[in-house]
Amino acid sequence: MSTGPVGGGGDNLKYALLVGAAFVGGITYAVITIRGDQERHMKRIAEISSRKQKSATKQPATQLHAEPHAAESTKMEALPEPKSVAPPSPEDSSPPAEVAAPGAETAFPSESAEPPAADSKPVSPTLPSHAPYLLIGGGTASFAAARSIRARDPGAKVLIVTDEADLPYMRPPLSKELWFSDDPSVTETLRFKQWNGKERSIYFQPPSFYIDPEDLNSAENGGVAVLTSRKVVHMDVRGNKVKLDDDTEISYDKCLIATGGVPRNLQVIERAGEEVMKRTTLFRKIEDFKSLDKVSRNMKSITIIGGGFLGSELACALGRRSSESELEVIQMFPEKGNMGKVLPEYLSNWTTENVKKEGVKVITEALVKTVSYKDDKLEIKLKDGRLVKTDHIVAAVGLEPNVDLAKSAGLEVDSDFGGYRVNAELQARSNIWVAGDAACFYDIRLGRRRVEHHDHAVVSGRLAGENMTGASKPYWHQSMFWSDLGPDVGYEAIGIVDSSLPTVGVFAKATARDTPKAATEESGTGIRSESETEDTASSAVASTTPAPPVEHKDKYGKGVIFYLRDKVVVGIILWNVFNRMPIARKIIKDGEEHADLNEVAKLFNIHED
Amino acid sequence: MSSIRQEGKDKIIFVTKEDHETPSSAEFVEEDPNDPYEEQGLILPSGEINWNCPCLGGMASGPCGTEFKEAFSCFHYSKEEVKGSDCLEQFRTMQECLQRYPELYPKEDDAPSSQTSEESASAEPSGANAAAGFEKDSDPTRPNSESSAES
Repeated sequence: MSTGPVGGGGDNLKYALLVGAAFVGGITYAVITIRGDQERHMKRIAEISSRKQKSATKQPATQLHAEPHAAESTKMEALPEPKSVAPPSPEDSSPPAEVAAPGAETAFPSESAEPPAADSKPVSPTLPSHAPYLLIGGGTASFAAARSIRARDPGAKVLIVTDEADLPYMRPPLSKELWFSDDPSVTETLRFKQWNGKERSIYFQPPSFYIDPEDLNSAENGGVAVLTSRKVVHMDVRGNKVKLDDDTEISYDKCLIATGGVPRNLQVIERAGEEVMKRTTLFRKIEDFKSLDKVSRNMKSITIIGGGFLGSELACALGRRSSESELEVIQMFPEKGNMGKVLPEYLSNWTTENVKKEGVKVITEALVKTVSYKDDKLEIKLKDGRLVKTDHIVAAVGLEPNVDLAKSAGLEVDSDFGGYRVNAELQARSNIWVAGDAACFYDIRLGRRRVEHHDHAVVSGRLAGENMTGASKPYWHQSMFWSDLGPDVGYEAIGIVDSSLPTVGVFAKATARDTPKAATEESGTGIRSESETEDTASSAVASTTPAPPVEHKDKYGKGVIFYLRDKVVVGIILWNVFNRMPIARKIIKDGEEHADLNEVAKLFNIHED
Repeated sequence: MSSIRQEGKDKIIFVTKEDHETPSSAEFVEEDPNDPYEEQGLILPSGEINWNCPCLGGMASGPCGTEFKEAFSCFHYSKEEVKGSDCLEQFRTMQECLQRYPELYPKEDDAPSSQTSEESASAEPSGANAAAGFEKDSDPTRPNSESSAES
């Protein structure tokens, strides 16, 4: 609460009047809102009971219910505001609600509404010292686990601790959909159009889904609380507790480590000095998206170092921007083509040509020797002597899994794949599970691996949540991943997709209709929705009448690529072929040796849409 | 006519529609419907409700999770002639809870509940409506990927 005024008697009077007026205004507002809610509620009940002709005795009981609930709703409405604005401070939940709320008017109802709801609201405004379920990390895996736990353990109290300032959100749109949005305020709204045309936020849930960490222990039916901008720095496995960066200690019954990772950087950039580092983006979080968006509007030239998923997707996204502005987009990487470590060479080359069509200057077989800042430009010198001058660099050269807690917790780190080593059930030690990018787990079918994809985070997070509530299930449902590189190249994949493995690719002799864009328009199933400003080259070619099979100059229109290990299919890419993932999943699960993969390819009906 | 090419370790086959018209000789291993490891649908083989089904969205895990579970369980096990007619109280409690979080459970119009006069049909749609209106958030771009089955 604010302190008393410093002025004289006149000021005191003015102050008293102001407080009085605001208080009266607040009470009035509360009463009106409660009345309105009650009215609406009564109307609904009347409607339902009139249908059933239930006796009127039920009515008074629900009327009593309505009061405290409605009162709580006013408080709830005031709370989501401050939650999304600033991370909740541990000491007091009400003062921030007042300060951050739009005006004194809304602040006071939350205060006045408190007395009636006092018995259902907690008294202590401090952080919980114990969380039955503690999830370290606030990303996709953590959220999936929280959901799973809540679904299986009624009334579960889940505490998520994240060092980010944001509530859990999904990352794929940060390098894809968000860049294609028409909305100029997309960097603020962070909303995008899904495959089915519906818009949604990248946040998994709005702030009202979560409860305040301070309220966690007293919440009757439990809930999910998120503690943002807080880092777990120490883990005491024997004592079943963790320590945060502000020295708070939280004990747990079950703990999930879903700390994800940190983007890797090139050593040459790290050694190049401040001026270079200032002009380099390591892309992973919302703030990176916002800053790169700004850079793309202000700079003339951006260079992306890295030819994998993230690098290629960003290159295509920025490349599309370059068609509307004067932005030069360069992408360089050591491999011979985009996705060189994933796609067999012929397909990687074809993909590279498509990336170039998106307006990207692709420099292959590029090894960076030095980076320096000269004459207001960044100079990238390659080992073969080539020189590239640019304004800004995006380094997309991999992810370093975050295993900071391994030492204090005494957890094993995998030397081959990185990340915490866990068993097939994602358990590291008793009461400790790991999921998502940071987990190096044993896949019963495919062997030990570590997967850095969104769907894997969901699948492993959910599985960890199940096992934390007593399921004991191994990693079994194979996760998938996908990538779209422009309107002509879209694929879904599952399993181990490593270009060093022998592959068998079965392609349909292409017709003009076989692209993600054409498939979207025709089948109406909407693989993904694209903005109106989309390049319309392929749509001109797509038609609803069956087109004769033509020898397209782009030979690899649609197909299936099998990745083999000891004659068994361990990975499958569905190349511009959609909605067939269950078949692919089954083939991997069976793990059989198939004599003729063309026969297996028949199962996918690649010639159909 | 299919054409086959070999590029190093990679084999490339081009096939026409006719090539793929003959039924496949590839065989699948038979599925075990009671496989404990497999992802389950909404109803488990035991007859219980799988609250962790992606098809439920976040209904069972959100702030109204308990109310939802109670209402839906009651409905599921209801043996009344008009299924769920003995669950009015639970659905009412759930509705009260849903109303407290308009952001999470946006109010769809009352249209579905006025379609039939049966209690169960009206109770179910308002609950399932909320479930349908609730965004399936696991996979933004690939609906078929994460068994986000239709509810």
